[in-house]
Amino acid sequence: MSAGIDTAQANVTATADARDVRAAWALTAPALMLFIGVLVIPLAMTVMLSFHDWGQYKGIEPVFILKNWREIATDPYYAEMFWRTFRIALLTTLITALFGAPEAYILNRMSPRWKSLFLLVILGPLLISVVARTLGWALLFGGNNGLVNKLLMSLGLIGSPLRFMFTETGMVVALAHVMMPFMVLSVWAALQRVDPQIENAALSLGAGPLTIIRRIIMPQIMPGVLSGAIIVFSLSASAFATPAIIGGRRLKVAATLAYDEFLNTLNWPLGAAVAILLLVALVLIVVGSNGLIERRYAEMFR
Amino acid sequence: MRTNGPLALTFHAIFVVVMLAPIVVVCLVAFTPEGYLSLPTTGFSLRWFRAIANYPEFVHAFWVSLGLGALSSFVALLFAVPAALAIARYKFRGRDALAALFLSPLMIPHVVLGIAFLRFFTSIGMSGGFVGLLVAHVVVVFPFALRLTLAAATGMDRSVEMAAVSLGAGDWTLFRRVTLPLILPGVVSGWALAFIQSFDDLTMTVFLAAPGTETLPVRMFLYVQDNIDPLVTSVSASVIAITMTALILLDRFYGLDRVLAGKSDPGR
Repeated sequence: MSAGIDTAQANVTATADARDVRAAWALTAPALMLFIGVLVIPLAMTVMLSFHDWGQYKGIEPVFILKNWREIATDPYYAEMFWRTFRIALLTTLITALFGAPEAYILNRMSPRWKSLFLLVILGPLLISVVARTLGWALLFGGNNGLVNKLLMSLGLIGSPLRFMFTETGMVVALAHVMMPFMVLSVWAALQRVDPQIENAALSLGAGPLTIIRRIIMPQIMPGVLSGAIIVFSLSASAFATPAIIGGRRLKVAATLAYDEFLNTLNWPLGAAVAILLLVALVLIVVGSNGLIERRYAEMFR
Repeated sequence: MRTNGPLALTFHAIFVVVMLAPIVVVCLVAFTPEGYLSLPTTGFSLRWFRAIANYPEFVHAFWVSLGLGALSSFVALLFAVPAALAIARYKFRGRDALAALFLSPLMIPHVVLGIAFLRFFTSIGMSGGFVGLLVAHVVVVFPFALRLTLAAATGMDRSVEMAAVSLGAGDWTLFRRVTLPLILPGVVSGWALAFIQSFDDLTMTVFLAAPGTETLPVRMFLYVQDNIDPLVTSVSASVIAITMTALILLDRFYGLDRVLAGKSDPGR
């Protein structure tokens, strides 16, 4: 008797479960179809495109060859370009971490009024077009007597003017400015989880400010710095507007090179290969470092 | 230890000045009376703001950006709200994979998305049109619409829904009268963040836009590529002014931290 009730109960739950699953798929079906139709298929087509042939006069030929991939693998131009892309991204990441983390810490110790004001000042630029922000740097860099050079020389930091426009230095400075809000935000989020009492305890036990920062604050915000670093690195490595405006037509990074192949040279298969390689490299780097961070700071994510 | 020392405050002051410098410079140069980019400027003139009117491409591009942002965020929500409700409520096989797929546009560099969409729309004969641009933007802003709606749907108290059902509300009435009002704050934030993403996107849109469907960032970028004169700074200054006004209004009536909360980790 009781067994019969149990089975009936189980049947009811099973039908309820089946109905839930049906409802879930019905609700997600429109979005799923959108994503398969307009994201998965185009990406697959782009991967195929990278294996097609191209000629100045014949255009794109839908064959399967490794020509583009071989060109990228053998021509040192591409190795140099990818190396430059990742070097710029790495330097940008280091600069944002070096300045963004202390700034987030200082912000966090301000009174609520100042805190929200300066948070707005630092995060606000996220809402302003990257073109406008980069244009501002182009104006500040100017030529040899640009404002940045004048300032640095009057401070005695440099003897002769530096070249910023059309150089990697300029790209890194402008990119660091564009990416800085992401780092500050990420460290800020980590700081919100830090118990201020720990700092006070260290203080009462006689620790100096440097010791507190090194032994108490740094270990606790490190996951925030690292996840900020992953965001900044992947966004910098695929950045387009800033390298295009500061770097001009000659100093290419992966995104600007792919753009050139697509809209100027019209060698779409080669451009597709460059873009796919950038995507794969970035996914590997991001997934790899995410895994490392999660293993290293496993207790933080529990 | 809770207050900042003079060293920290100096660092902070320099940091803020550097963060603001390029934006302030763009706004200052916009008021130059000269015919070229001069810094520091010598006088004050509105001639480059008046010049915008003689260059209708910028005004047109602004309206395209505005319409595209509003429409693509709305359409994204039409897909994202049901999906978010399903992901928040039901445990089913493939749920995590679905969520990962829906958030994947955040992981893919926009240059790759631009190329993929250009390839796709060209092969089906839809390149350069507004519809193609709209569909592409819907996909790109979808993660933002989804994430904020999902957060609202996950934290929702479902007892009100059960009460409505027990009182005989049908599915559609339940959604329209109970569920939607409860998750509305998340939906509105999702729309706002999605709009910002769409409005600011250059890297993907530059591949898809044709004359007539150019968005403001694309028009500005292409203009800077060809000639650098104060016109583009006055356009930038106008956009900055509009953005600031919108921000202040948003902060007054809605609370900026609520909107920005979802932007805290755009990477994943």
